[in-house]
Amino acid sequence: MKMPDPDKAVIARRLTIADDLRALVPGEGVIVDEDERRAYESDGLTAYRTPPLIVVLPQTVDQVANVLKYCKEQGIKVVPRGAGTSLSGGALPLEDGILLGMGKFNKVLEVDYDNRCARVQPGVTNLAITKAVEEDGFYYAPDPSSQIACTIGGNVAENSGGVHSLKYGLTTNNVLGLEMVTIDGEILRIGGKHLDAEGYDLLGLMIGSEGLLGVVTEVTVRLLPKPETQRALLIGFPSSEAGGNCVAQVIASGIIPGGMEMMDRPAITAAEDFIHAGYPADCEALLIVELDGPEAEVDHLIEEVRIIAEGLGATSLRISQSEEERAMFWAGRKAAFPAVGRLSPDYYCMDGTIPRNQLPHVLSEMTKMSKHYGLGVANVFHAGDGNLHPLIMYDANNPGELEKAEDFGSDILKLCVEVGGVLTGEHGVGVEKRDLMPTMFTEDDLKQQMRVKCAFDPDGLLNPGKVFPQLHRCAELGRMHIHKGQLPFPDIPRF
Amino acid sequence: MTETFRPETEAQLIDAISWANSELLPLEVIGGGTKRGLGRPVQTAHTLDLSAFSGVNLYEPEELVLGAGPATPLAEIETLLAENHQQLAFEPPDLSALLKVESSGTLGGVIACNLAGPRRIKDGAARDHFLGFDAVSGRGMAVKSGGRVMKNVTGYDLSKMLCGSYGTLAAMTRLTVKVLPVGQKARTILVRNVDAAQGVKALAAGLNGPFEVSGAAWLPASIAARSQIDYVQQVQSDVAALRVEGFGPSVDYRCQKLRALLAPFGETEELHSHNSKTFWKAVRDVTPFCDDDDRVVWKLSVAPTAAPGILSALSHLKEGVAYLDAAGGLIWLATQSPKHGAHEPIRDAIAQAGGGHATLIRGPASLRNAIPVFQPQPGPLAALSQRLKDSFDPNRVLNPGRMTEGL
Repeated sequence: MKMPDPDKAVIARRLTIADDLRALVPGEGVIVDEDERRAYESDGLTAYRTPPLIVVLPQTVDQVANVLKYCKEQGIKVVPRGAGTSLSGGALPLEDGILLGMGKFNKVLEVDYDNRCARVQPGVTNLAITKAVEEDGFYYAPDPSSQIACTIGGNVAENSGGVHSLKYGLTTNNVLGLEMVTIDGEILRIGGKHLDAEGYDLLGLMIGSEGLLGVVTEVTVRLLPKPETQRALLIGFPSSEAGGNCVAQVIASGIIPGGMEMMDRPAITAAEDFIHAGYPADCEALLIVELDGPEAEVDHLIEEVRIIAEGLGATSLRISQSEEERAMFWAGRKAAFPAVGRLSPDYYCMDGTIPRNQLPHVLSEMTKMSKHYGLGVANVFHAGDGNLHPLIMYDANNPGELEKAEDFGSDILKLCVEVGGVLTGEHGVGVEKRDLMPTMFTEDDLKQQMRVKCAFDPDGLLNPGKVFPQLHRCAELGRMHIHKGQLPFPDIPRF
Repeated sequence: MTETFRPETEAQLIDAISWANSELLPLEVIGGGTKRGLGRPVQTAHTLDLSAFSGVNLYEPEELVLGAGPATPLAEIETLLAENHQQLAFEPPDLSALLKVESSGTLGGVIACNLAGPRRIKDGAARDHFLGFDAVSGRGMAVKSGGRVMKNVTGYDLSKMLCGSYGTLAAMTRLTVKVLPVGQKARTILVRNVDAAQGVKALAAGLNGPFEVSGAAWLPASIAARSQIDYVQQVQSDVAALRVEGFGPSVDYRCQKLRALLAPFGETEELHSHNSKTFWKAVRDVTPFCDDDDRVVWKLSVAPTAAPGILSALSHLKEGVAYLDAAGGLIWLATQSPKHGAHEPIRDAIAQAGGGHATLIRGPASLRNAIPVFQPQPGPLAALSQRLKDSFDPNRVLNPGRMTEGL
């Protein structure tokens, strides 16, 4: 993975820059010591590592603004970071760039039940928001599997999802407002406690922008009342086709389950061996369908789903009779990643989304690829919304195997695009999928996205090297080639 | 001479927009032309008519996705979805009676204006259901974003940019949207005799419980008295209303629980299927203000708890009357058409109540020319919006000035 060429002159000025930054962020907030910097050298995508130029840990919005203004003046690159749980390398540092850690912004500022929202700082973890309000019967809906560690600022950057996103949406559907700082050091407030801020939807644009447009310093999230009850079905099917059909029929019958997860044989075995959740041994696809809502509704729908599943030849079917049992159904699924980690020294987690009806085709192609590359693969699937997480098993100590795993992953993602899907459903492009962007977008598509970036950051200082495979100068992108006086469309109907 | 160009292919659309760039002649972009009354009046040499980009070209009910040309009539889509017990869950309003136009318009129009109805509070706005597009930018370049799947974070979410951009960034040729099942049953609980303050509290109480309330409105007695529904007409007081939708047993259960919860606020009553539907259609389509053409209509978006304060702050407005949607978060306000300056007290009241925005939804073209139709943005945000306009349409050839000067 080629990153932008580091600016040697900036690296040579490391200590001077650190001194300048200490004037802006007093105390312990500026880190230059090599060993300490090394702690930040990678995020959740551990295959890539680069110690940053300097780590800066600001504590106030003004400090963030001053640091960014300084970086703009000095032409120094900035990589924002929350908890560093990105699986796409979104927070991978640059040798000649400052790593701006937002971990000290860790307070819930306000909980406003009457308006069903909370104002939080970006370093608050996803789960901490729910913890802060659950005793009063509320929660924050998006629940990425890293929710115990990942921060809401990172969720905003990546537009994180989770297992409940079909029914409750992604981050973008659950955030009402942001405070952000631009690379010019300007503090902007977008949205608030009201809905649908007017003008261009900058809120929608910022969410999922992977730290390339600005640094978020405050987030107003929507709170939801906790559903009265939750119950789940654990259903085994003889084939992924049958499992996929069940998902389609559930949705076609008008049911939108709170969660609907599918695992393939290798994932089921791995999870069962690890957690002993009682998963059936005789099925090729395992489906967890969770219904949430009022008790009367959940009981009614459990029955409907049972009838659909049995009609499709389910080989086993259990309905949770207690919270413990429901948690047990989920335990295997939630531990699927570490469970696969036990089978293989390393694994590589992919994140494509496909039209759901393509699942059997995609799985069978993946089996062929697995043979071709000689690497195992296990699949967990957010079945409701078509988001697929193949886990490719490899051993980084075997020369060439990481590259093989990456090629395998690329082939899977290209296939996802080919069948009408996308490269990433919730993990982001980052550095990981950067060079695959042209499989989904034309050069003109990417140039338009880069022009949007130019509107925020004309010098390309915020998180460069992520998302876009090729960097262009904003002046060049802005230019238009017009041939004056041409009228090349005599054939357009006109009135 | 003013001409209307009606391209039939993407290549022709590119040609038309490229030509407009070469001549620096702006174009008014229309699908059905029913939303011309929204936003600032556009003065352009020519019209770019997208009506050839019409028709549903993808609909997979079990995948919850629909793709169509921007000029596809909303009515056509709604009929098709209804056949499969599905809907556009953001409940796009039919503003034809309010704006005195012939139809509810097109899918592209509703997306370009980011319009949503009472279900906004539960299922989101148009923006939350807009999955992807193909378009030609103001630069005359084909550009796409998003896709047909529900979960997608590949690249910037440019769909959000186009939604609510009033055709000022790009001319769409194809859209995909998320569709959802229609609830089997719908009921509405009315709470009588609650003023705005009590009404907003009652709505919050309902929304803060596990009842999945999908509509939360408050009507003053004067509007309730003119309702098409007998029950509502006869309440003879201000009234709060909460909608519950879903599977039969669940709706019955939630209604019962909600009525018990809301009883301390005032006497409760239930509207069943047909009446419930009529009630929310009126709230959605701004029916209470459709008759009296003399008055201007404003849409105020605020924190729900701020609504009662704003209503009292604005009680001095001449012939002013207002009702609430979105649990108070949306104030529909009609008032006497002023010569100028009418927006100031409204926007001041919002600012003092903690922020939000006010949009002039119906008003004569002269007024929409004279005052900011949309909430003015602070300097840095306004400058950023101009730069974003530049990124798509540097020569200002698409709907120039529709949102604000230069945008």
